[in-house]
Amino acid sequence: MYNFEFEKPGSIADAVAALGSEDAMPLGGGQTLIPAMKQRLNAPSKLVSLSGIAEMKGVCVRDDGALSIGGATPHAVVAAEAGAHYPALAGLASHIGDPAVRNRGTIGGSLANNDPAACYPSAALGSGATIVTNNREIAADDYFQGMFTTALEEGEIIVEVRFPIPEKANYQKFVQPASRFALTGVFVAKYADGVRVAVTGASEEGVFRWSEAEAALSSDFSASAVDGLSVSPDGMIGDIHGTPAYRASLIKTLTKRAVAAAA
Amino acid sequence: MPKDSGIGASPKRREDVRFLTGAGNYTDDINVAGQAYVHFLRSDVAHARIKGIDTSAAAGMPGVVKIFTGADFEGVGGLPCGWQVTDRHGEPMQEPPHPILAQGKVRHVGDPIAAVVADTYEQARDAAEAIEVDLEELPAIVDMKAALADGAPKLHDDLTSNLCYDWVLGETDDAVVQKAFDEADHVTTLELTNQRLVANPMEPRVAVGEYKRGTDEYTLYTTSQNPHVIRLLMCAFVLGLPEHKVRVVAPDVGGGFGTKIFHYAEEAFCTFAAKACNRPVKWTASRTEAFMSDAQGRDHVTKIELAMDKDNNFTALRTNTLANMGAYLSTFSSSVPTWLHGTLMAGNYKTPCIQVNVKAVFTSTVPVDAYRGAGRPEATFQIERVIDKAARERGVDPIKLRRQNFITEFPYDTPVALTYDTGDYNGTMDKLEAAADIAGFAARRAESEKNGKLRGLGINCYIEACGIAPSNIVGMLGARAGLYDAATVRVNATGSISVMVGAHSHGQGHETAFPQVVAEMIGIDESQVEIVHGDTSKIPFGMGTYGSRSLAVCGSAMVRATEKVINKAKKIAAHLMEASEADIELKDGMFSVAGTDKSVAWGDVTLTAYVPHNFPLEEIEPGLEETAFYDPANFTYPAGAYACEVEVDPETGKVTIERFAAADDFGNIINPMIVDGQVHGGIGQGIGQALLEGCVYDENGQLLSGSYMDYAMPRADDVPFYTVDHSSQTPCTHNPLGVKGCGEAGAIGSPPAVVNAVIDALQSGGKNVTHIDMPLSPGRVWAAMNG
Amino acid sequence: MPQVSMTVNGKATSGDVEGRTLLSAYLRDHLGMTGTHVGCDTSQCGACVVHVNGEAVKSCTMFAAEADGATVDTIEGQANADGSLNVIQQAFQDHHGLQCGFCTPGMVMSAAALLKENPKPTEQEVRDYLEGNLCRCTGYHNIVKAILAASGQDVGAIAAE
Ligand SMILES: Cc1cc2nc3c(=O)[nH]c(=O)nc-3n(C[C@H](O)[C@H](O)[C@H](O)COP(=O)(O)OP(=O)(O)OC[C@H]3O[C@@H](n4cnc5c(N)ncnc54)[C@H](O)[C@@H]3O)c2cc1C
Ligand code: FES
Ligand code: FES
Repeated sequence: MYNFEFEKPGSIADAVAALGSEDAMPLGGGQTLIPAMKQRLNAPSKLVSLSGIAEMKGVCVRDDGALSIGGATPHAVVAAEAGAHYPALAGLASHIGDPAVRNRGTIGGSLANNDPAACYPSAALGSGATIVTNNREIAADDYFQGMFTTALEEGEIIVEVRFPIPEKANYQKFVQPASRFALTGVFVAKYADGVRVAVTGASEEGVFRWSEAEAALSSDFSASAVDGLSVSPDGMIGDIHGTPAYRASLIKTLTKRAVAAAA
Repeated sequence: MPKDSGIGASPKRREDVRFLTGAGNYTDDINVAGQAYVHFLRSDVAHARIKGIDTSAAAGMPGVVKIFTGADFEGVGGLPCGWQVTDRHGEPMQEPPHPILAQGKVRHVGDPIAAVVADTYEQARDAAEAIEVDLEELPAIVDMKAALADGAPKLHDDLTSNLCYDWVLGETDDAVVQKAFDEADHVTTLELTNQRLVANPMEPRVAVGEYKRGTDEYTLYTTSQNPHVIRLLMCAFVLGLPEHKVRVVAPDVGGGFGTKIFHYAEEAFCTFAAKACNRPVKWTASRTEAFMSDAQGRDHVTKIELAMDKDNNFTALRTNTLANMGAYLSTFSSSVPTWLHGTLMAGNYKTPCIQVNVKAVFTSTVPVDAYRGAGRPEATFQIERVIDKAARERGVDPIKLRRQNFITEFPYDTPVALTYDTGDYNGTMDKLEAAADIAGFAARRAESEKNGKLRGLGINCYIEACGIAPSNIVGMLGARAGLYDAATVRVNATGSISVMVGAHSHGQGHETAFPQVVAEMIGIDESQVEIVHGDTSKIPFGMGTYGSRSLAVCGSAMVRATEKVINKAKKIAAHLMEASEADIELKDGMFSVAGTDKSVAWGDVTLTAYVPHNFPLEEIEPGLEETAFYDPANFTYPAGAYACEVEVDPETGKVTIERFAAADDFGNIINPMIVDGQVHGGIGQGIGQALLEGCVYDENGQLLSGSYMDYAMPRADDVPFYTVDHSSQTPCTHNPLGVKGCGEAGAIGSPPAVVNAVIDALQSGGKNVTHIDMPLSPGRVWAAMNG
Repeated sequence: MPQVSMTVNGKATSGDVEGRTLLSAYLRDHLGMTGTHVGCDTSQCGACVVHVNGEAVKSCTMFAAEADGATVDTIEGQANADGSLNVIQQAFQDHHGLQCGFCTPGMVMSAAALLKENPKPTEQEVRDYLEGNLCRCTGYHNIVKAILAASGQDVGAIAAE
């Protein structure tokens, strides 16, 4: 990999300042960035580690009832600490990668990367989460802008993610056999004002909401409510692990399973 | 009572202590003072003409020692192929040159174009990025049928076509074969692929070359299964070096599975460059590089036809296979689809008429060569899949159909050139039926169905030809090497023993199992025997470890050398006890004179051999060290029967392996614990092939499965505990230990069991699916169900 | 060049590294502790697993600079004080949980992390926990068995299973 300068600030302010220099990049857990750098796909001049910033770590419930997770919180911490408040989210975190990956990889890194097969984007979109950066709050519906693309500006870092806690929720991940990322994953969350269904792994546009299912489930939160629906394979990913038609079929199957598991 | 030492015991492995404490010595752990690092600039296109390479900018970059291109190797030989196959017309195969660095053309993604040697690895890589290569892209050649079509673009300009050879075995008269099919009561036909795999030992390949100017000596440390073979090939065919000036060391090696048999460009390069740069040169493959430079495995496309009479006796078998060689002929590539595959097409069955047709094809992909099982899994998969299909078409029980057609009398001459010396296929099947609890399957299926899952049972048999191989036979068939092995038993003055063996242990546990044999023969403690392997400066010229040959061939050499040692020791003992040599008996490490109470201990005899004050010097030499070379009289024929039970999720197509049982006949067994482990590992790889693994190129010859992100390796949660039974034992009739070899069985026997089970499950769910090509990924199973 | 110091297997170490120096490279190349292996470049194989501040991490996917000041434990430090194999290592040897030994350092370190978190795991929990540790030799049978045995559970039935 190309060499770079390493910096490990102790505060958000220092991190933002450090990221001001040209071609600087934030380093979360490195579980995506380091493999990419080994392939020489990135050439940052400086990596600013976020792992030493205490104010960006941890899980707590806010006064408004939302679950707040610091942007540099590792998956393992979410898995262990979010369970009492938002079991579906903790469950999702506990199935990201393997234990060693979960000890390093962070929610901020995952959402910033927005891999089309990643798990967290479906939870954020499916929960209508708010992505809090060093200078603004972004609604999940505005944040995800296609594969590997987000509303983040250069040098902007995710410091916190706020998840409104649903009445019921569940994440169903169907793994791609090699990478064990989601071949398709569906996050279903039922709120007082309706149901949200977010799908990852399947679409060429990245994570998306399956609005027909949301409508059907909002009036009848049962697996059979989606029986009559189908997903079009158009725009779905086709690769050596699954055709667009297969992914489209999985979306429906997993949605039903998520509803059944949540109910 | 299980023994606690000697043959048949399972002592704990002595090599484990170093591996469990981080004290192993793998090639990448070796660093030589002053070493430089090489990075290979590899082609990122499948097929192109090299119009120019400009290294001038790169040469001036920091740390660069020297940059090499194909031009630097013009006077040097290419990588040789060790087996010349003769085609159906008696003509030799087409054999293109395989340069160390590309000359004129690149022929697969990963083909090395240039090599940069620099002070650090990163500097070498930086400089490689600054090399400018002018490539004129040519059409990729990926599909084998298209590669053979008239007017197809040629990969090797000097060959007449992309056909390496067109080969036939068995009944060569087409009319005779056709007649058998015409007269058949039923013919079952199946078209299938045995997909390309990547061997993926967990340790990537590494080479460190060193040259000593003062003595003109080279040392190559390399991740190899057979250091002497590498030395011979590299010295005699590639670099033209005298063997006595070259030492090849294969230290601890982190798995091989075939792909570390072959002589690779990087090995020759590091040796060559060490002299050219006057510095040790080290190369460590990244996994990404391994995916595009380790020889890959399998990749056959086959049509198989099985003819049966009205009573379901097999009457004829015909196959047509296209075998992918990749871009060049790797060391043993040409022998895999022919002599390691065609010869096994009789399987465990007495089919009287067999014809095997194989066309080997060059494509612009990574070379293909032996991978665990090598040819035999491909043969087994075809036979056992077509039998399963036939059983279904005829409405007969698949076990019964197999039993009815088993070979039951030995020795048995197959119609495809082999003589099976011994076996008991019915007895092994009995063991399987018990081990797998076949009787309980119906109840387990009912339970699965209650949970909304489809359950299937798959059975198959296998036979393999191991203990590779009788040199005179393989020589007749085109091998350019002998396939004997060698061992030197060096008894030290105080009675401990070093055994220098040609076999190489890279997971097989030779350091533990081999001493069990020697210790038992002499009657001393196993701890007194040490195995030395992996260094051409220490071991006799043996051929290494592959083809389940180590114990059957090298172990036999070790037995012969130990016998020689014992015979000489008896002479010394006779002298010491003033008795006749014929009366000397050796038991539990004591020599005694029959019928007397005179005895002398092993240690006294060995000390006498080296301190020959009282010694029959006029009759024998002092010292106690013997070497034996052993060339087997025949192959060995391990055989077995496997059973797999799967559950299929009808909504997603996901297959889970619920139970897996293996019954193998390996003949005599030296260390049951190690044998179990070998079978487990083979089954793991076989399940990997059946459900997960597949090396896929797109139509441009780009590798789509170029990392673990897309090449699915079996993980702990993909497999169950296995039930392994090797109590069916018909000892090999022609080697001194009666052993057959167990290293490949699991990988050969398991894929058809898994696929047969999935088909059974789908059929039980009313789906008319008769075949799915591996890997049976959820997407493929789902598509078959919904197709 | 940044200077890093860390306590490795109880001993203070320090060295000058580049920003890009991985923890695996610091251990192998700077400290000469080659027990930690590198088997891939996509963070999947787990041959490189070590513990940083008590947690399992892939040392190939962490910069040495990130471990500055940390406590690092590797395979070289696992044996008992008298040099004998610890419970997990011993179970691997007793149950033939290794063949070529290349995956073994990572397997042992992952097993140690598992048993710390979950002293009596079920078979399924062991298999799930090993998601990030590839072994090409053993088919996992004896690795899973060894870890169950190391947790003090009776594995006598498994061989016959
Ligand atoms: C073997 C393996 C298996 C995996 N399996 C899964 C899986 O099943 N599901 C899944 O979802 N993911 C999986 N991942 C990815 C993993 O979750 C990563 O941790 C995650 O995608 C990236 O998080 P990170 O903290 O490691 O980010 P890094 O790798 O450090 O960074 C990723 C990107 O985000 C940027 N970044 C990091 N933190 C921030 C921040 N706070 N604000 C703004 N930008 C930031 C970086 O600059 C970089 O561009 C896997 C990874 C591995 C290695
Ligand atoms: S080397 Fe670290 S995961 Fe493979
Ligand atoms: S023992 Fe060889 S990879 Fe696990």
